[in-house]
Amino acid sequence: MTELLKSYRFREEREADWQKLDRLLARAERRGVRALSDEDMLALPRLYRHAVSSLSVARSISLDQNVISYLETLCTKAYFFVYGTRSTIGERLASFLRRDWPNAVRAAWAPTLLSAACLFGAAAVAFLLCLIDMDWFWSFHSPGLSGERTPDATTDYLRSTLYTEATGLDGMLSAFSAQLFSHNSGIALFAFALGFMFGAPTALLLAYNGVVLGSFCALFWSRGLGYELAGWLLIHGVTELFAIVLAGAAGFMIGGAIAFPGHKSRLASARDTGQSAAMVAVGAMVMLFFAALLEGFGRQLINADPVRYAIAGTTAVLWGAYFYLPARAG
Amino acid sequence: MTAARPRSPADAKDRSVRAAAGQPLRRYERDLVTPEGTVLKLRLATASERAGAVLIDFLIIFLALFVGLAAIGYAAAGFGFEGLNLALALASVFVFAMRNFYFIAFELGRRSATPGKRVLGLRVAARNGGRLSANAVFARNFLREVEVYLPLQFLVFGVGGDGVNGWIALLGLLWSGLFLFFPVFNRDKLRAGDLLAGTWVIHAPKIRLDKDVSGNGRAGMPESAANAYVFTPAQVGTYGIHELHVLEDVLRKSAPEVRSSVAERIRKKIGWQAAPGETDLAFLEAYYAALRRHLEQKLLLGTRKIDKFDAG
Repeated sequence: MTELLKSYRFREEREADWQKLDRLLARAERRGVRALSDEDMLALPRLYRHAVSSLSVARSISLDQNVISYLETLCTKAYFFVYGTRSTIGERLASFLRRDWPNAVRAAWAPTLLSAACLFGAAAVAFLLCLIDMDWFWSFHSPGLSGERTPDATTDYLRSTLYTEATGLDGMLSAFSAQLFSHNSGIALFAFALGFMFGAPTALLLAYNGVVLGSFCALFWSRGLGYELAGWLLIHGVTELFAIVLAGAAGFMIGGAIAFPGHKSRLASARDTGQSAAMVAVGAMVMLFFAALLEGFGRQLINADPVRYAIAGTTAVLWGAYFYLPARAG
Repeated sequence: MTAARPRSPADAKDRSVRAAAGQPLRRYERDLVTPEGTVLKLRLATASERAGAVLIDFLIIFLALFVGLAAIGYAAAGFGFEGLNLALALASVFVFAMRNFYFIAFELGRRSATPGKRVLGLRVAARNGGRLSANAVFARNFLREVEVYLPLQFLVFGVGGDGVNGWIALLGLLWSGLFLFFPVFNRDKLRAGDLLAGTWVIHAPKIRLDKDVSGNGRAGMPESAANAYVFTPAQVGTYGIHELHVLEDVLRKSAPEVRSSVAERIRKKIGWQAAPGETDLAFLEAYYAALRRHLEQKLLLGTRKIDKFDAG
C-alpha cells in the first residue's frame, strides 16, 4: 500500500505548469497583456493546451474534486484569454470610426427611412394641424412644460428667444449643453431599447417628438418667423435630428429582427442584428455629443442667420458623405 | 459501464431521482467545446446571483453619485451663485455617465465583469464561445434602459398620481416588470439585453489548488503508520464516488466534531475496530486514500461506482 496514487502522481507531474499558467493569467488580468514578457506570451498557448489536456485526463482518472474543479476554472479562464479579444481600446475606436460605424449606418438605410418617416411625418401632420387651428398646439404641449414660447406670447418675444446676445456666460452655456446632451441621449437610448418590443414603442416615441417639433415650427411659421426659426433649429438640428432618426432606426432593426426572423431562429436573429444596432445607437450618442456642442456654444454665440444656415448645410454634407459615400476598398 | 447490468425498473427510477437530487446544479451547466476538442463545463449564474450582483452594483453607483454630487456641490459653493450652472452641468453629465457607462466600462475591461459580478464570481461571456465584442457589451447594457430604469420611472412617478395616470403607471409597471423578471423565465437565465447581445453570464470563481487530502498519496507518511491502516476489499467497496466527494469536503472544510461523527459512522458501517490512539483525522485520511485508490482503479477499467447503492 505504499505506492503513490496514480492520480496523485499525475497531479504532481503537471502541477507546476498549471500554477504557472494561473500566475500568468492573474498578471495579465491585473496589469494587461503588456505586463507579460515575450517568453510568457509564447509559453501561454502551450501551457493552455497542456492544462486542457490535463483536464481531459483528470476527468477520466482522478476522483479529486478539487483538482478537477480547479482545472475546470483554470481552463475556462485561459480559454477566454487565449481566444478572447486582443485589440486595444485605441484600435477598436479607430476601426469603429473608420469602418464599422458608417457601414452599419449604411446597411440600415431601410429602418432609417422608416424612422425618419415616423419623426418627420408626425412633425408634418402636427405642423399642418396647428396652421389650421392653433388650438392644436395645446394638445401637444402641456401648459407647464412648454415655458413661455406658446401661442399666447407676442411675436417680438418669440423672435427674441431665437437670438441671444453673447454675454460670455460660458458657465451657462456649458450647463445648457451638458443638460441637452443628457436629455437627448436619453431619448436616443430609449428609442433603441424600446425597439425590443417589436419596434412599436419606438415609433410612438419618434412620432411624439415629431409632433412636438412640428407644432413648435407651426407656431413660429404662423408669426412669419419661419426663416429665422429654421436657422436656429438647424444649426444643431441637422446633427441632432439625424442622430435621433438613427437611434430610432436601431430600434426598428431590433424590432424587425425579432418580429420577422426569417429563416433563423428568433434568438439568433435578435443576436445577429442586436450588435450592429447597438453600434448605430452608440454612433447616435456620439452625434448627439456634437449636436449638444453646436447647440450649447454655436447657437448661442452665432446670431447671424446666414452663418447658421451655412453651418447647418456643412454638417448635413459632412454626415451624409461620412455615412453614405462608398468607402475606399480595403 | 453500469448501464449494462440488469436492474429492476424501480431501481433505475430510484437512481435517476437520486442522481438529480445529488446534482441540483446540473441544469445550470452548459458545454463549451474548445477548438482543442475538450468540453469545458460552464456554469450559468442563477437569477438570484445576478440580482445580487446588480444590487451591489447599484449600491456602488448610488454611493458614487452621493459622494460625487456632494463633492461637485461643495466645489461649486466656493464660486458662490455663479457656480450653480456649472455645478448643474457637471452633475448632469456625471449622473448620465454613471447611469449608462458604469456597466459598460467595467464589462469592456479585462475581467468582463462589474465589481458586483466580481464579488459573486461571475463574468459576461459570448454565448457562442467566441470573443465578447464591444458591441455586445453596448447592446446588453443599453437595454437596461427598458429593463431597469423604465420600471423604476413608473414606480417613482406612478405613486401619488391622479386616477388615470395611476392606472397607466400600473399597466406600465406590469409591462416593464415582464422585462425585469425575464431572466427567471428562460432556461439560460438571459435578460433581454443578453438575448439581444448574444451574451450570458457565467461563473468564473477563484478556486485554489489545495493540498491533496489523500495524505499526499501517502508519500509523507512513515511506513509503520501507513501499514496501520489496511482495509479489506469489502471495506473499500462499501462506498462510491458520491461518498468519496462528501468525505473530501469533510476533510477539507469541516469542524472536528463533524469529522468525528463522520468517522464514527464510517467505522460502524465498515466494521472497523479503532486501534488505541487512532485519531479521527488519520483514520479518515487513510480511508479516503484507500477508497480513492480503489475507485480510481475501477475507473481505469471503465467502471464508475456512482454511490453506495451502486452495486458495480
